[in-house]
Amino acid sequence: MDIATQDYDKVSVMAVAGRVDSATAPELETELKKLVEAEKTQIVLDLKEVEYMSSAGLRAMVSTLKAVKRVNGDLRLANPSPRVEEVLRLAGLTSIFSIHPSRDEAVKSF
Amino acid sequence: MERTLTVPGRYNRLEQICEFVAAVATEAGLDETAINRCQLAVDEACTNIIEHGYGGEDKGAIDIACTPGQGEVMIKIHDHAPPFNPASVPQPNLDAMLDDVKIGGLGVYFMRQVMDVVKFSYENGGNTLTLIKRKEK
Repeated sequence: MDIATQDYDKVSVMAVAGRVDSATAPELETELKKLVEAEKTQIVLDLKEVEYMSSAGLRAMVSTLKAVKRVNGDLRLANPSPRVEEVLRLAGLTSIFSIHPSRDEAVKSF
Repeated sequence: MERTLTVPGRYNRLEQICEFVAAVATEAGLDETAINRCQLAVDEACTNIIEHGYGGEDKGAIDIACTPGQGEVMIKIHDHAPPFNPASVPQPNLDAMLDDVKIGGLGVYFMRQVMDVVKFSYENGGNTLTLIKRKEK
């Protein structure tokens, strides 16, 4: 799994690539936590290059979403592949997350 | 013909397990969506074995046996952990509001959603999980 973070005006975009499973999800959660601790709580998670995600990845995303919502921030998702979208749907999370078809649209939605 | 793989119970072996299962599912003629679902079910099963069965990494091995059949694949996952009772896992609340969302317990639920057969048994001093995925029509 690779993670690259880029700061826009008020929004941080974290692009994730590769597999997000129990081996890699703790690293994703740690990186997201670093943003929250730096008071960057308007976050877009770009999932375009995520080839696989298990419930471990969902756990990292939900715990971050809870943390940023407490301080009026948000974690919005961009570009989930059909495979990732299925996992979100199976877990009932498509109504919990704001999901956008592109990174730009997700950034502009803030 | 049955293919087998034995790996130590470590999370960094999940990718290898997924690739092994995908190869056999491909051989059985399953389509991409079905193969992806097999990988998800097996990943969740093995994660549960490491996290809950063994109580951490490097506490025991995981044996996987895959049999490609006519338009289906049978996957048996065996561990050496104490007996697992699937009824002890609460059903996830998929309509929960954010504050109440709990991601624990999703593994067994995912398996049941994406596989055609999910059967837990205790045999030969360990748990055997039998998963079957049939070609989607």
